[in-house]
Amino acid sequence: MSIELLNFIETVLNGLMSGVMYSLVALGFVLIFKASGVFNFAQGVFALFAALTLVGYQTGQVPFAHLINELFGTNYHNWYASMPNFFAILLTMVTMIALAWIIERLVLKHLVNQDPIILFMATIGLAFALEGVGDLMWGSDVKVLDVGIPSGGSIWLEEATIGLAAEGSDYYGMYVDVLNIWATVIAVILVVSLALFSQYTKTGRALRAVADDHQAALSVGISLRSIWILVWAISGFIAMVAGIMWGTESGVQFSLSLIALKALPVLILGGFTSIPGAIIGGLMIGVGEKLAEIYIGGYFETGAIENWFAYVMALVFLLFRPQGLFGDKIIERV
Amino acid sequence: MRIKQLLIGMTASVIAVSSYVEMAIADLKFPMLVYRTGAYAPNGIPNADGFVDYYKMINARDGGIGGEKILHPECETGYKTQVGVECYEKNKKDAMVFQPMSTGITYQLIPKATADGVTVYSTGYGRTSAANGKVFKWIFNAPVTYWDGASIAVRHILKNNLGNIKGKKIALVYHNSAYGKEPIRTLQTLSKKHGFKLMLLPVDHPGQEQKATWLKIRKGRPDNVLMWGWGVMNQVAIKSAASIKFPMDKFIGIWWSGSENDVLPAGQGAHGYKSLTFNAPGTNYQVHADIKKYVHDKGEASGDGSHFGTVLYNRGLFQAMVQVEAATVAQKIHGTSKITPAMYRDGMENVNLSAKRLEELGFKDFAPPFKNSCENHGGSGLAAVQQWDAKTKKWNMITEYMYGDSDVVQKLIAEDSAKYATEQKIAERCG
Repeated sequence: MSIELLNFIETVLNGLMSGVMYSLVALGFVLIFKASGVFNFAQGVFALFAALTLVGYQTGQVPFAHLINELFGTNYHNWYASMPNFFAILLTMVTMIALAWIIERLVLKHLVNQDPIILFMATIGLAFALEGVGDLMWGSDVKVLDVGIPSGGSIWLEEATIGLAAEGSDYYGMYVDVLNIWATVIAVILVVSLALFSQYTKTGRALRAVADDHQAALSVGISLRSIWILVWAISGFIAMVAGIMWGTESGVQFSLSLIALKALPVLILGGFTSIPGAIIGGLMIGVGEKLAEIYIGGYFETGAIENWFAYVMALVFLLFRPQGLFGDKIIERV
Repeated sequence: MRIKQLLIGMTASVIAVSSYVEMAIADLKFPMLVYRTGAYAPNGIPNADGFVDYYKMINARDGGIGGEKILHPECETGYKTQVGVECYEKNKKDAMVFQPMSTGITYQLIPKATADGVTVYSTGYGRTSAANGKVFKWIFNAPVTYWDGASIAVRHILKNNLGNIKGKKIALVYHNSAYGKEPIRTLQTLSKKHGFKLMLLPVDHPGQEQKATWLKIRKGRPDNVLMWGWGVMNQVAIKSAASIKFPMDKFIGIWWSGSENDVLPAGQGAHGYKSLTFNAPGTNYQVHADIKKYVHDKGEASGDGSHFGTVLYNRGLFQAMVQVEAATVAQKIHGTSKITPAMYRDGMENVNLSAKRLEELGFKDFAPPFKNSCENHGGSGLAAVQQWDAKTKKWNMITEYMYGDSDVVQKLIAEDSAKYATEQKIAERCG
């Protein structure tokens, strides 16, 4: 095989892997939108908050330490040296469930039957408030997140592909980050679990009923509020997974909340109501932007086209299929 | 009754505000444009803490500058250019100096501050050609500029290749902003001079995702990579370089890509990464002992004090020290402690931080000596290379402070500043 072709395959592979990382963020948006019709602007901050909380538990950081010390003149920073990953993840999950409950109690409960735009505005407020709380609780230093997921180039893939190039050619072998392979495996497990949960459990069916028609679901005795808490908790769990993956790659810091921007074109392309759409959309955006950056980027004087190219792809797609790849078709009956 | 109470209240407020304003005028106002929130906060916080601790120490130890207390109101920019300009407008009255902490903000402030008669000090960042004091009367960027930095990095690469880099390939991974684009012109000139090929690889804000960039590096196989990054871009780039097994000792960042924040997330993978620097890390300096004694031990530390001695904290100390020294010099020149913004500019232009003076100020061996002049607002142009040791989690200086290629840099500065002078109809001074 020619090196050019191998490089092209490598770009596609890496695009797919990046796409999975975007899908992890998009999944949280889809779940909440499906169940409650709310476009949760705070999903990126959820991922940040979950990652901050996880590192906080891992390292035994005292929450709100700076505030406590300022107010009471104390000098508390850590209450233990470290916590095993399993327990730290478990505690973070509990925290995200508690957060979902608080959001339902303080925000959503009071906005039932309001226009979607009001709910959207509420999530914008929520995003900024949660970012501030995260800062107060855990501080804004760059934090190292290590839950034992390996990272770095896959040596196995490099060695397996090095012989594919013509003999004598100076080919290094193909590169894929092991962290991204793990992200793919975890995303597959997540999607399969979510599908099984919604198809084969009573709560899952109730969740689908609420997604289809709030009024009808209420009329058969499904508690809308319990379902909302559940959906926000699941979406908090997905945010934690996304936060772990992105945080492992770049360290946990406040720019992590901006990963939400990576999920938007994925949602436009895949549709706001489809879990498979979030996955396929992510893969298409990932591959599209990487191919564009590497093969077309050089023709632009400024370069760095991948960020806006993803949105161009999504816009073009909107023209032909406004509801997205797998989104529900919009039919207005007169 | 209510109207009477209201009138009394208003009168009291007016008296209180006027007495505060009078007090403020008597003191020396050093407004701080900071970013303690947002994507770049992890870098903005230690740097701002360094400034605040130094000012507090001067107020506590010396009673201020020549008896005048330092006021240092903070204005949060979030590293956003527009907000930075608003902060400037809000705080410019009676301000001695502005340190924008962003090249984008600096570019916007250059014409405004020049018109308003306010000093702008962009320490080792901002518009490089502002080093030409003949054109940029109110702007200072000492002790070293980005163009010096680019040529010092190339000089280091030359040294490691026995003086010959013809046919080699050097990639520049840069923040796609005014800051990141600053060294391109110098590197293009140097590539012609030394015969190396230059690869330009922009990374969009914030730089969380750089897979395509590092795939290009893997395919293009540059011999060296230079980086002009900031915030999360640095961490992701260093981690990505380690992931594709790029030799870390051939990866050199500018001084804003060389803090502990940048290398720690990559763990052992960051071992051997290099960056330029114009100040030393660590706490073994007299200034640290003084800050500990007069500020930290009294529970007055800015933030939680955890950044004490880090690269960016120490840079904040250095920046604040130069600003304070400029006020001291201005007071000496004009024979009064109550200096005006115009007097302060004179002080900044006559700053002479010799080795002896640095020692007096508690900065012995902390940074190379430099002096400003009417013609030269860019300082000495000296920087060193430091290397990260991931085992001990420490930066180690591996070279002496060295000059860049002054032939190339000075010519480019003269060209760029002459163009600016023509556009803005500025007559050269210092004649």
